[in-house]
Amino acid sequence: MATDIRNPVQDPIGEINKYDFRNEEKFVFKARKGLNREVVVEISEMKGEPAWMREFRLKALDIFYSKPLPRWGGNIAVNFDEIYYYLKPTQGQVKSWDEVPEEIKSTFDKLGIPEAEKKFLAGVKAQYESEVVYGSLKAELSKQGVIFTDMDSAVREHSDLVRRYFSTLIPAADNKFAALNSAVWSGGSFVYVPAGVKIEFPLQAYFRINAPNMGQFERTLIIIEEGAQAHYVEGCTAPMYSTESLHAAVVEVFAKQGSRFRYTTIQNWANNIYNLVTKRAAAYRDALVEWVDGNLGSRLTMKYPSIYLMEPGARGEVLSVAFASTGQHQDAGAKLVHCAPHTSGRIISKSISRNGGRSSYRGLVRVMKGAKKSKSNVVCDALILDPRSRSDTYPYIEIEEQDVMVGHEASVSRIGEEQLFYLASRGMTEHEAATMIVSGFIEPLVKELPMEYALEMNRLIELQMEGTVG
Amino acid sequence: MTETLSIIDLHVNVGDKPILKGVSLEIRRGEVHALMGPNGSGKSTLGFAIMGHPGYQVTGGRIELNGMDVLAMQPHERARAGLFLAFQRPVAIPGVRMADFLRHAATNIRHPERKEGEDLIPMRQFRKELSEKMRDLKIDPEFARRYVNEGFSGGEMKRAEILQMAVLRPKFAILDETDSGLDVDAVRLASQSIAEIGGHEMGILIITHHEQLLEHNPPDFTHVLLGGRIVETGGAELAAQLHKQGYDRVRAAHPEAAADEAAMMETSTSPPRSQAPPGNEIIYAK
Repeated sequence: MATDIRNPVQDPIGEINKYDFRNEEKFVFKARKGLNREVVVEISEMKGEPAWMREFRLKALDIFYSKPLPRWGGNIAVNFDEIYYYLKPTQGQVKSWDEVPEEIKSTFDKLGIPEAEKKFLAGVKAQYESEVVYGSLKAELSKQGVIFTDMDSAVREHSDLVRRYFSTLIPAADNKFAALNSAVWSGGSFVYVPAGVKIEFPLQAYFRINAPNMGQFERTLIIIEEGAQAHYVEGCTAPMYSTESLHAAVVEVFAKQGSRFRYTTIQNWANNIYNLVTKRAAAYRDALVEWVDGNLGSRLTMKYPSIYLMEPGARGEVLSVAFASTGQHQDAGAKLVHCAPHTSGRIISKSISRNGGRSSYRGLVRVMKGAKKSKSNVVCDALILDPRSRSDTYPYIEIEEQDVMVGHEASVSRIGEEQLFYLASRGMTEHEAATMIVSGFIEPLVKELPMEYALEMNRLIELQMEGTVG
Repeated sequence: MTETLSIIDLHVNVGDKPILKGVSLEIRRGEVHALMGPNGSGKSTLGFAIMGHPGYQVTGGRIELNGMDVLAMQPHERARAGLFLAFQRPVAIPGVRMADFLRHAATNIRHPERKEGEDLIPMRQFRKELSEKMRDLKIDPEFARRYVNEGFSGGEMKRAEILQMAVLRPKFAILDETDSGLDVDAVRLASQSIAEIGGHEMGILIITHHEQLLEHNPPDFTHVLLGGRIVETGGAELAAQLHKQGYDRVRAAHPEAAADEAAMMETSTSPPRSQAPPGNEIIYAK
């Protein structure tokens, strides 16, 4: 059904709200399934993009067609012709609160999510009403020359800046889903922090007024100039529901000399979602990049945040937690690539599987020739809570240089009988004890989260352990 | 009517192996009982069986708390009914802070009917209580932030167990070899603490080798466990005598039990522990 976009306020989708008014007259939006050149051209024109972006999208589409599905990782049972790559009016959003699945609604209640936030998260409302809060933050940021906006606007308003970096870290040919994202991306964040600017508070994805938080093909680009500092937070512990089951995001981060940047994600996608993400950072001289990655939902997540340590003194750290319950497969991990001498990196991966879930660590440490005196360490711990569940480890280590230190430690454990008895002897039921042990297991990640996320994370673990979520 | 923990003709196996072969014992709140006996006599087994450790099978006899059937209760129910075991070597719970663990435990013990997910004792209130107790026991406040038993020295483990006892205020506390792994000063502090906490409110069963713990907690009753049975019961003077002279007299006086002990030692699967010559103090490095 066509939607007249001259009245954007009535449309429940944030995406349409973003469009320039000058496009209003040219189009009556038609909804359709499937992917082809026409759809891609239409997307680009709807967004009013410069020609270079349209060409980029079309080239990416060809690459997408030419690439096969990966033969590793999870089972991506997706019919590409059945997907809406671009929004029909209610795509990805339910029309009313009544249509939101019951278990999602009750999880919101249990997590104590306030009313307005619930509707936003369920996609019923397009926009999180944080204008009052965000308004003052935004003023502060722009005074310092910080750009924090949605990607669509950035392409239009900061075209040259974006073009300099866009897709230089993750080319469309990187993998099939990077190619797909490159062709049909929409939404996502653009962050630019000028040299020397240190942003004290975390930049939250949902502070972007224009776009909903759960875009299908989000594209994020972050540039941290020399000596700058920022922390970006994405996602939330409440389950995110979307009627479209394929989500393929791309995130590129540039951390220049002496900068510090952390990207925190807590994601709890509903059980129907394929969440396939390509996230990569380039850390330059003496820069520090940290990925803090919590994956607690989805039907299949394939995500390997990576850091390329480009110049001496660069440091990278990936802290990752994956929790797979019934019908879920978390194939998560990290990649560290040492491209220069005197670089260091660390990966800490904690995976939990219960009730038939499957949780894997898949990681790469690569030390290239010439990257002398580099240090890299991987700790991957798996906790399997019952005999039906499964955990796998796929560590790849490629070392092309002699004078380096690379370590890898792995452990697989169950909840010990002695631990359960000890906690029982202090009055805890077996279930309470198991939940407490699981919380302790992921503590190294939780203690790095901003306070409100940490609290929500703990509550979420409790719910996951009950099996009432997703 | 004083509350009573009764152990009646208790038989306990570990796997196929009988360890306790008819132990009977009655503890009233306010009394201090010492359980002594040579290594391998089954002293720890009694503590684990009372608390309901799954590795220990009760094959006969009863345990009653004020007439309630303890053997019918799950371990967490026994804790909520007022039983406490201070472990000899408590297991680590990585990533869980002492303060959070204690707050959870205290809530459950004080509200035995509590269901999982219901509110815990308010944080501010509990933090205040906990820091007072830690001050009384001369425990560094930083301890509250450490992960339960993770990387604890022997002395720290013991102090953590005693702290738990202070917070949970059980009706009956079994202290398993709570003085091993401590140096002399630490033992004295521990025994003082137990005395302060216990006062006249707790029924205490101290499982011990050494006299030090009993210095501040003179037992009202001393029981000697030999070959899986209590062969003698006396007062404080019996504890002193055993500590000075060892168990030879007892073995001689109870040859059947001594024979059982010898048989048990031969088939023992636990690693041999160093035996202290009677009358010597063992000082362990912390």
